[in-house]
Amino acid sequence: MTIISINNLFKTYKDSEIEVHAVNGIDLSIDEGEFTAIVGPSGSGKTTLLNMLGGLDQPSSGTIRIDQTELAQLKSSQLIDFRMKNIGFVFQSYNLIPVLTAKENVEFVMHLQGRPKKEREERTMQLLEAVGLKGRENSRPAKLSGGQQQRVAVARALASKPRFVLADEPTANLDSKSTENLLNIMEELNRQEKITFIFSTHDQRVVNKAHRVITLEDGKIINDNRKNS
Amino acid sequence: MSTNLKIAWRNLWRNKRRTLITVASIFFGVLLSAYMTSMQEGSYEKMVDMVVKYYSGSMQVHHENYWESKSINDTFEDNDSLRQKILAHNEVDFLIPRLESFALASSRELTKGVLVLGIEPEPENRLTSLKSNVRSGTYLDEKDQGLLIGEGLANYLRLGVNDTLVLISQGYHGISAAGKYPIRGIIKHASPELNKMIVYMTLPVCQDFFSAPNRLSSLVVNIKDNDLLQRSLKKLRADLTSPYSIMSWQEMSPEMVQQIESDRAGGIIMKAVLYIVIGFGILGTIMMMIAERRREFGVMVAIGMQRYKLATILFYETVFIGMIGALSGLLVSIPLLSFQAQNPIPLTGQAAQLMEDYGFEPYMFFSLAPSVFWHQALTVFLITLLIAFYPIFSANRMKLINALHA
Repeated sequence: MTIISINNLFKTYKDSEIEVHAVNGIDLSIDEGEFTAIVGPSGSGKTTLLNMLGGLDQPSSGTIRIDQTELAQLKSSQLIDFRMKNIGFVFQSYNLIPVLTAKENVEFVMHLQGRPKKEREERTMQLLEAVGLKGRENSRPAKLSGGQQQRVAVARALASKPRFVLADEPTANLDSKSTENLLNIMEELNRQEKITFIFSTHDQRVVNKAHRVITLEDGKIINDNRKNS
Repeated sequence: MSTNLKIAWRNLWRNKRRTLITVASIFFGVLLSAYMTSMQEGSYEKMVDMVVKYYSGSMQVHHENYWESKSINDTFEDNDSLRQKILAHNEVDFLIPRLESFALASSRELTKGVLVLGIEPEPENRLTSLKSNVRSGTYLDEKDQGLLIGEGLANYLRLGVNDTLVLISQGYHGISAAGKYPIRGIIKHASPELNKMIVYMTLPVCQDFFSAPNRLSSLVVNIKDNDLLQRSLKKLRADLTSPYSIMSWQEMSPEMVQQIESDRAGGIIMKAVLYIVIGFGILGTIMMMIAERRREFGVMVAIGMQRYKLATILFYETVFIGMIGALSGLLVSIPLLSFQAQNPIPLTGQAAQLMEDYGFEPYMFFSLAPSVFWHQALTVFLITLLIAFYPIFSANRMKLINALHA
């Protein structure tokens, strides 16, 4: 079942008189439960595409539909609500809220969703256990290693039970062991909970784990390779 | 504690030193402002006290021409129906009859112009606590034929208790007034000016001296609640028609009211400058807090926090800073000013002389009126509210994609 459908998507930046097409006419659809990596050299448009998929940036033209919702039709506040309910984010530099503990960071989105306290606590503990951070729930981000912080970020992204997770270079700041751990956790969650993951990455280890690899160059898809899982 | 409040509170202590410096600026602002206001209001209270409590009372009934002429000829006849009419008003507490005029007072070789005040000793004492001001001798009793004179006057005329004071004046309708009276007591009047010129005698003796039997120059009206002065005045004014007129202490001492108002305006300008400095201090801190956390705000909005909720957190942070500063300022200023109110600062040298020349006691008095304190808290709160618009504006205007890349 297709959850993301992109049609003729453009993102153009004007730098003085020169127009730069960061995304240059992309058509793409992503099915539920995919574990997809978007790869390409720097400036190929990976992050721009991911930002538009997440409703963080507006396309210059073209449409993005998530299920049956066209993102461009949503008002700013509706878009925020839509993200909260449907999309999980994992950022390159973790971006946890520094004044909240690991547990509070994971609970945060559920709190925004207005979920009951008991449900929040149960799901938080379940997710922290899944990402191997049981026992560190009361630590603030500054007390956690980069790998641990990124695992909290994954748990946070999954807390709201999103339709899909967008991860922008999630392993860029991690060592090999942490990268391996994180990828195993995400792969496990993808398999068990059927959560769709979309990565933008340079990291070959991520590419090796992905079930589908989309290669971008100059804002265009030049290769879309589905592996047999 | 709600999550938003928790985040706001914890954010405050991310940079403890900066928060404490901002809080300290508010603390000292509130403290200085409260101190300055207390000192100003204390002086005004003392001035008003001197006029209202020791002399004019809240209001006075006169003959309608008296205030213009100040002549003993424009006095009125004391009568029960007038008193009952005034006392019928619930807000009126009690009345004090007076006959007041001027005379020349002489001792053996010296003469001085004096203010002669005919009083009923007990009611007068109820208003002015005159009895407690007797420094030597005794207070007057109802049938006393003697006098009380101010300490300054006694010193000038070189008279003491049981000496005789000679008074010469013009009585009612030009009748000559002359008499000699024993001095029963010497008082220290709260007003240094009056201390040098006041002579008290019982009302019948005074009426006899001025040949104005049963006549009064004023009937002091004391009300139960001075805050309701204007309302009471309006009601009484509607009731008292010609030949009477009723005046509030403000109307009887307009120059003092004006002096207080202009001085108060000067104080407001000083405090405004102080609060503008504090306001920009808070604004600077809030701007830094926002600039440092742009990416964090971007992430919060990206994962689903509505902008108004983000603005609420920033609003809480601003209010917390204001509240901590204002409350700590109040907590210190209340005991400090309570101590100062009990122990006014004595003035010395030329400053003291100047105060005495203007008829005031040479002290810096302090007020403990609640407004001295809550005005500061309210001002800080309003400044904080004003500054809180900046983060609200900033959160709504934030470009998400730029914030995420900040």
